[in-house]
Amino acid sequence: MSELTMMEGSLAVALSVGVCRPNVISAYPITPQTHIVEDLAKLVAEGDLAAEFINVESEHSAASVVLGASATGARSYTATTSQGLLLMTEVLYNIAGMRMPVVLTCANRAVSAPLSIWNDHQDSFSVRDSGWIQLYAEDNQEVSDMHPQAFRIGEDPDVLMPVMVCMDGFLLTHTYEPIEVLDQDMVDSYLPRFEPEYRLSTADPKSFGCFLDPVWYMEGRYAIEAAIEGAREKVRQAAKDFTALTGRDYGCLIDEYRSEDAETILVAMGSLVSELRDFVDSEREAGRKVGLVKIRCFRPFPKEELLNALGGARHVIVLEKAVSLGYGSILGPEIKALFYGRSDVPAMDVYTAGMGGREILPETLSAIIGAGPGDADGHWLGLKPELLEGRSS
Amino acid sequence: MSHDGKPIRTGAVVDAGTAAANKTGSWRSKRPVFDNDKCIACGLCETYCPDGCVAIGEDGSFHPDYEYCKGCGICETVCRSDAIVMEEERK
Repeated sequence: MSELTMMEGSLAVALSVGVCRPNVISAYPITPQTHIVEDLAKLVAEGDLAAEFINVESEHSAASVVLGASATGARSYTATTSQGLLLMTEVLYNIAGMRMPVVLTCANRAVSAPLSIWNDHQDSFSVRDSGWIQLYAEDNQEVSDMHPQAFRIGEDPDVLMPVMVCMDGFLLTHTYEPIEVLDQDMVDSYLPRFEPEYRLSTADPKSFGCFLDPVWYMEGRYAIEAAIEGAREKVRQAAKDFTALTGRDYGCLIDEYRSEDAETILVAMGSLVSELRDFVDSEREAGRKVGLVKIRCFRPFPKEELLNALGGARHVIVLEKAVSLGYGSILGPEIKALFYGRSDVPAMDVYTAGMGGREILPETLSAIIGAGPGDADGHWLGLKPELLEGRSS
Repeated sequence: MSHDGKPIRTGAVVDAGTAAANKTGSWRSKRPVFDNDKCIACGLCETYCPDGCVAIGEDGSFHPDYEYCKGCGICETVCRSDAIVMEEERK
């Protein structure tokens, strides 16, 4: 095993992106993503990374630059968060629709208003329908390991879709952890060159993402949906092959922890998962059969894996850090929909938790586990009613 | 966009210049009519036309391209010498 180095999550990401040999990086700084692109800019400026770093005036421009760069056949990377991701949104759909395997790191942060720089998943959940593959990391070694996988998945000729690597803002980006920095030769052997079929070139001019009238448009969109649906096996294989090289196993589309004989299964994403591993251990020590399912790949959705992991469970508790305003939870109902018409549907409680950096306390989780199956359908966990104007209680 | 029944390429990629087959002049409800006697050859119509539909002849005179002109009327608006008038299309 290589040596471990204590470093900030953002630097781990920058070093990982660096050994993926990107040709073009373009980004606009925004908290808590800033350290990632600062570290990358430094690598480029000091001659340690042979990439072109293009400074821009906004996230919309950054996304447009990596779209155009990817069209020329350049391996292209950007990073953002929250409002920056929302500003990119129009281009994100174009990147996916033009089948550009750009990799974007999203340092997950709450969205305005009210203004918050702290963590939840509202930003990346808001673009879940854009066609980007979405991976969520639980710690900084995983997010470091995820970037070569992201490029490999996205650039696979059978996929050709962009990949968003999601890491919790501050909780991961600004946290120091011991990291095994990825070896250049190892990543070179893992990640083949990007060889697109079509390249933007003055020698052979082409138009990308052309106008399709009603005779053609549905087929154009269907092809994109088919590509991302078909990416599941590539996500699995990319994870397995990486595990074979490093010995590190973070799961594929999902990961299961002590869930096989569990009476209560927690479902979570991102850094909460790593905390819940400790929580599950403490619950087990207290004699309660609690397990954990981590959703590592949110798009494409791990339908088969979740049916297998949760089917027939006595009690499933979904903890999610995003809301569809006017409907409620997002992840919980998606899991429920998988079980429609099936006989093995588990009792399921769905909680909105950790919004804007709100702590999720172990005693709170112990209480809802101890209470058994209830009727939580997007219930806001840990809400303080006394802070709601006109609603003091 | 004409694909002649061929499948859509990945990413809806087409060869450059294929939009030329899409004769957008058929969208027009009004056409710009140029009066070359009034024209002072300032070139504003050619500069402002959003679709590159104003051509300059060998003698320096300006002419609309009715195959692609959508009839937006910007050329009439920017013309300094009232040399361009939008007229109803009547077929």
